Amino acid sequence: MDSEKHDIVVTVNGMRYLRQAEARMLLSDFIRHELLLAGTHVGCEHGVCGACTILFDGHPVRACLMLAPQANGHEITTVEGLAPSPDQLHPLQQAMHDKHGLQCGYCTPGILMTMTAFLAEHPVPDEAQVREALSGNLCRCTGYQHIVDAVLEAAEKMRDVK
Amino acid sequence: MKPAPLKYMAATSLDHALRLKADYGGEASFLAGGQSLIPTMNFRLAQPAVLIDINQLSDLAGIARDGQTIHIGAMTRYRALERDPLLADALPLMTEALPHIAHPQIRNRGTLGGNLAHADPASEMPAIVVALGGRLRARSAAAERWIEARDFFVGPLTTALHDDEMLVEIELPAPVPRSGSCFMEVARRRGDFAMVGIALMLTLGKNGDCSSIRIALCGAGETPVDASDAASGLIGQPIDGEAIGDVAASVQQSIDPPGNMQASKEFQRHLAGVLVKRALRAAWERATHG
Repeated sequence: MDSEKHDIVVTVNGMRYLRQAEARMLLSDFIRHELLLAGTHVGCEHGVCGACTILFDGHPVRACLMLAPQANGHEITTVEGLAPSPDQLHPLQQAMHDKHGLQCGYCTPGILMTMTAFLAEHPVPDEAQVREALSGNLCRCTGYQHIVDAVLEAAEKMRDVK
Repeated sequence: MKPAPLKYMAATSLDHALRLKADYGGEASFLAGGQSLIPTMNFRLAQPAVLIDINQLSDLAGIARDGQTIHIGAMTRYRALERDPLLADALPLMTEALPHIAHPQIRNRGTLGGNLAHADPASEMPAIVVALGGRLRARSAAAERWIEARDFFVGPLTTALHDDEMLVEIELPAPVPRSGSCFMEVARRRGDFAMVGIALMLTLGKNGDCSSIRIALCGAGETPVDASDAASGLIGQPIDGEAIGDVAASVQQSIDPPGNMQASKEFQRHLAGVLVKRALRAAWERATHG
């Protein structure tokens, strides 16, 4: 069995990292344990729950369904990269706060990564589109209603800014 | 929930990937989108000793039309297929099925070739390529060959590919005029595997009678189930409520669904009948009104 370490050069939230990891290390574990960015949460580890969703080259993917060496040479955004500054939230983060879109918060980072990418592609979404886009992220607390409200409010606020 | 130790190599060209596969044979798996392979590795249901990552092989991705034939590279991601206007125009059956595949995050990464080579009988795309009568190009370091879609799937998670081969291209015929198609499935939850799904394609003759019909089901057997023969009684006949009912009954009789945790054998058979009726009506409507 092979425990050879691979060099991985990856840009995360605009910062370049060089780390070594075994091939079998999941990208979700690499982000949490090697890059020490624990905002990306790990739920089911088989691609069902969506808690580990990150942006990989700009698109939402499951970090638990990729191996760390696959990130070599690529660009990742995690939830730590969303807020424009330490004292200002991303409009969707702010809307999740204002609309009570979270209780325990475990699923929230994955939902934020999924839905910020969705809003970039669909600036004027209707409720059905929001629910469809959310379908790959499980939340066991909220019943989704407040998350849907938050996404719709964020869409409106983001349009006002433009 | 973590993969077993493995050797990982990122292939830099198709030849490189095929040479590695020739060397390691059945010990090695190609890593395409990884959206089926990595979950099975996380569960340790799959423990490939070697992974040959083919994500750098951008030549293997792309959609092109050459006359009446659509060529899709094996590494084309669902994301690209979903957003491709050429595909929506040429193969509406495939476009209709794409949103049923898992969730957007999975479709951003998953590939058509990887899905077909994984050969899950409950998956949508195997049924689509069988219903469309497509063929698949396999390459090894030494040779290449074409495999008819209906011959490609030989059992659950088992294909006709040899240990040294890679599926590199999918070739699908564009439907002729006066054709209509429909994909539908029934799943317990959005994004789940279907209890049963149907891909149906029909063509009408000048007088409005059915001139050809192809049906493939997913979730209804050990491979995508080609139920076209069971529907062949409709060929040369006018399509009406009675004829549609006959086709549904004939397809129901022809299949032997496995039954699973989500749906019993009997329920799957029932669903197949309902789906045949609905999909046939929809495809007929589309063929008639373009």
